[in-house]
Amino acid sequence: MSSIRDKYADKFNLNLFESLHLPDSWTLDTYRKIGGYQIWEKILAGGFTQEQIIDQVKASGLRGRGGAGFPTGMKWSFMPRTSPIQKYVVCNSDESEPGTCHDRDILRFNPHALIEGMAIGGYAMNATVGYNYIRGEVLGEPVPRFEAALEEAYAAGLLGKNIRGSGITFDLHTFVGAGAYICGEETALLDSLEGKQGKPRFKPPFPANFGLYGKPTTINNTQSFASVPAILRKGAEWFAGLGPKNAGGTNIFSVSGHVNNPGNFELPMGVPFRDLLEIAGGVWKGRKLKAVIPGGSSVPVVPAELIMNVNMDYDSMKTTGSSIGSAAVIVMDETTCMVRVLERVSRFYMSESCGQCTPCREGTGWMNRLLKRILAGHGRREELSLLVDVANRIEGHTICALGDAAAWPVQSFMKHYRHEFEYMIDHGGRSIVESQGLAA
Amino acid sequence: MAEEFVNIEVNGVPVKARKGEMIIRVTDANGAYVPRFCYHDKLSIAANCRMCLVEVEKAPKPLPACATPVAEGMKIFTQSQKATGAQRATMEFLLINHPLDCPICDQGGECELQDLAVGFGRDISRFSERKRVVKDESLGPLVSTDMTRCIQCTRCIRFTQEIAGIQELGMVGRGENSSVRAFVERTVDHELSGNIIDLCPVGALNSKPFRFMARAWEMVAHPLVSPHDGVGTNLFGHVLRGKLMRVVPRDNEAINETWIADRDRFSYEGVYSADRVGAPLLREGGSWTQVSWESALAVAVDGLRRHGDRIGALGSASATTEELYLLNRLTRGLGSSNIDHRLRMRDFSDQASDALHPNLGMRIADVDHLNGLLIIGANLRREVPVLAHRVRKAALAGAAVVFCNPAKFEYRFPVAAYLKSPPAAQITDLAAVLAAVADKTGTTVPAHLAALSSSAKVGEEHQAAAAALLSGPKRAVWLGALALRHPQYADLRALAGAIAQLAGATLAELAEGGNAAGAYLAGCVPHREAGGRALAAAGQNAAQMLGSPLKAYILFGGVEPEADSLSPGALKALAEAELVVAITPYMTEQLRHVAHVVLPIGTFAETSGTYVNLEGLWQSFTAAARGFGESRPGWKVLRVLGTELGIEGFAYQSSEEVREELRRLCASGLPPPWAGSRAVSAPATAAQTVDVPMYQVDAVVRRAPSLQRTAEGRNAPAVY
Repeated sequence: MSSIRDKYADKFNLNLFESLHLPDSWTLDTYRKIGGYQIWEKILAGGFTQEQIIDQVKASGLRGRGGAGFPTGMKWSFMPRTSPIQKYVVCNSDESEPGTCHDRDILRFNPHALIEGMAIGGYAMNATVGYNYIRGEVLGEPVPRFEAALEEAYAAGLLGKNIRGSGITFDLHTFVGAGAYICGEETALLDSLEGKQGKPRFKPPFPANFGLYGKPTTINNTQSFASVPAILRKGAEWFAGLGPKNAGGTNIFSVSGHVNNPGNFELPMGVPFRDLLEIAGGVWKGRKLKAVIPGGSSVPVVPAELIMNVNMDYDSMKTTGSSIGSAAVIVMDETTCMVRVLERVSRFYMSESCGQCTPCREGTGWMNRLLKRILAGHGRREELSLLVDVANRIEGHTICALGDAAAWPVQSFMKHYRHEFEYMIDHGGRSIVESQGLAA
Repeated sequence: MAEEFVNIEVNGVPVKARKGEMIIRVTDANGAYVPRFCYHDKLSIAANCRMCLVEVEKAPKPLPACATPVAEGMKIFTQSQKATGAQRATMEFLLINHPLDCPICDQGGECELQDLAVGFGRDISRFSERKRVVKDESLGPLVSTDMTRCIQCTRCIRFTQEIAGIQELGMVGRGENSSVRAFVERTVDHELSGNIIDLCPVGALNSKPFRFMARAWEMVAHPLVSPHDGVGTNLFGHVLRGKLMRVVPRDNEAINETWIADRDRFSYEGVYSADRVGAPLLREGGSWTQVSWESALAVAVDGLRRHGDRIGALGSASATTEELYLLNRLTRGLGSSNIDHRLRMRDFSDQASDALHPNLGMRIADVDHLNGLLIIGANLRREVPVLAHRVRKAALAGAAVVFCNPAKFEYRFPVAAYLKSPPAAQITDLAAVLAAVADKTGTTVPAHLAALSSSAKVGEEHQAAAAALLSGPKRAVWLGALALRHPQYADLRALAGAIAQLAGATLAELAEGGNAAGAYLAGCVPHREAGGRALAAAGQNAAQMLGSPLKAYILFGGVEPEADSLSPGALKALAEAELVVAITPYMTEQLRHVAHVVLPIGTFAETSGTYVNLEGLWQSFTAAARGFGESRPGWKVLRVLGTELGIEGFAYQSSEEVREELRRLCASGLPPPWAGSRAVSAPATAAQTVDVPMYQVDAVVRRAPSLQRTAEGRNAPAVY
């Protein structure tokens, strides 16, 4: 374990957790020690044009860390920043993808990077108001830490109207959600922010044209915004060079499940999965690795033999048929019953479907009930094809990506572990892992 | 702005389409049907049902036709494997939790889900889990709920938000537990709410009075026109074996679009009320006996002939034009000019300057495009609900709407100014608005109003009202029923007319009843002949006739003096008459005491005839339902009376013949605008006007029990 830590010693916490080793990393003073707000102050002094910022972010190769991986700089360039109407920037801190727990740690340990990133984004896109939509369940530490940081920033004259006489205005507000997974979908988030039920809007129009209160809006993930100050401070080349092609910078990997040392690890993009697993202490209890869900519960599952040879970046992960998603790595050991896992995952999507559009509202419940029945020993073989068919009929037919997110696990579990489902059906609900004497 | 067009392909056929138009509108216009549930022409786009997914070249996923704008070069496939695959997938999802209880569902046979399931469903369900059951909600006496059937398309919700303007329904819960709910302990009370029955593509929302009464395919649809207000709302009466079972909208973009008021939809219940008369009745001594038509007509003819010019005729403003024309001919043939339909009016002093008929001065559809509108004395949503919806549309599109009313009524749109003052003060208010309008337009107040106008105190609210009326090129001034019932209506009209004149606005009188315009044209007024020519000597108006007793009366078309007139002594006058011939569908307790002969006739659904609406449009219809008992269409009863009385030219063969005779007497097109020059002096100190509740306006609607059970139906008349 120590050897792998040594190998990566200079690769940990290069950006988002740069101040983590310092005392009270969440304070303004500490943030300043690592160069915090230098860029913002430079902007206030007229040192950056909006185009320069957007170009830098584009050049850095930063891709949205919320899961879809859309290039951030390009997203920023979509905003009609010269139009005279009100524009908004919104940060999506409604982190609720199962397995994902890094955004809350940014709020806890480095909230000023987010504030600075949002302010820079606001300036670059001519948005004078920003909102940070924070997941309701993280009221304990992350929300107060962020709010305290916000107060510090205002007190230091870093936010507000006509900041330090620069003519630049940026006001930032916290908004605490009520804990619905769907509100992490950007347009549902906007509805929720407007005080409505969080239900995704159909696109077009896109938020860049018709967003919050019908005004142009850019929504980025916490990590994406928080990465921006360092990009401008240390240069787009530095950021792009951290990771492989098409995947600049660092990412915080939330490793959970059957490992000895679960946790958040900020590492450069493209770290080999094998190393990441070792950093997380390897599979626990001396067991063998069975499968990994590499990017939050929505992405397809990857069997051990496939994942051990890939790197944690967009292109490499793509070869497994999965995706890096929100970088929440869920590790499963050999005792895991895949039928049970899928039932649990599908139950989540059934509960979290907003119910707006038909395939997801009706299909998620159907899949879950089928799986429950299989677990109860009442499944039929032909229903496995039905299960996949239902998933196929949801995928691509819904307003937002929750439908896809509900379908992909089913498709991938059935692709790689169909025999486990068949075994259970044939044996009246007995899991294959029990038969192998592996059950935990 | 010139419209931009794009060239696209629908199923391989090149098509030109307006840029930015949604695919579904283009495919609809080009005969390529795309199945849909949540999409509705008149509502916002929800894109939630996912039934209209179509294939678009180069798009990785099928796209919703209702929410995807067309773009140059787009190739759309509505029936490709990808498109129909997606549509079939959606259909399967919609059906898994649908109860499929079509045999006991009123929607069966006219159900969008049922229809599309034939084309896109599979024969056997693959779903073997338990189906969802949803708790029902009471939405009041008009709309029945079977929420288990709901497919969450949200059309009803969008209707209450966007058309009614008050959200009475909403989606509660999440995922498969989402369900349509009303607010806690609230019913659906808006006057247009019944439209959610038609909007609902499944049997979740249905007509409560019609519940389990008939199957859709057993009934025959007959076009009808609403008798309750001057809009001339187009209806279909659904008739089963001669009986009117229900009423639904008949689309007419120029009049009611696709909406009808609850009053139009549910008043049919009143057609078959318990006090319907099915045979002629005669009062002999103190008791009523059923007699033959011959005996009843003989008594009526004999009595009417005896009283000749001392008779008075009161016709319903909801009777057909043909009926009122014959009533006019009959009365005049007897030598009397005492005939009227304006039962709730109290001030007839300037009737000589009446327009040819009360009218809007413009097409109903043009109301949408008004810029400034001053509405005087109208509880608009209650009086003319469909017109009120047009006003709402105009207001939402930016029109400035001003009210001058004796009470604050609720409007679900931005109101530019609201002058609320007691009826007596409305004169002063209008005088002040007139002064403000003159000031703002740089015009002079006409001499006959100058004194009043110059003495008026012009307040900020009057300035605002004048500014609002003048806010665009298309302006109108309307006088509603509260104004018409005002004891100084002539003064109000003189002021409104002057305001309209100075502002370049169109003056309109929104007269009560479904056929007030027709009544004027038919000569059912004491001062005019049929066709509108003034009489040298006017007869008695409704108030005079009911104020001091005449020898004989004809009450025509379900006129109920105690409910239809504001004259306190109405029943007393009738009771003192020697003969009261009631030609009516209903026998009321009051009639038992005052009438001598009752001749049963059909309601609006049981006679052929014509209504003329407030834009002057003649809309004819044939009888939808079979007559009740031995009752006859009113025009036939009048024809026989006329013939028996020996009045010339009464041998009509059909109601069309009657109509054509009258039509020849009438000028075509919109009548010339009102142009009176009545001098108005100081306002009275004590004036009152009466707000007749929406479901009390005529005999039919008063008898519709479901409407009477609504929140609105429980309202008593308000006196202001």
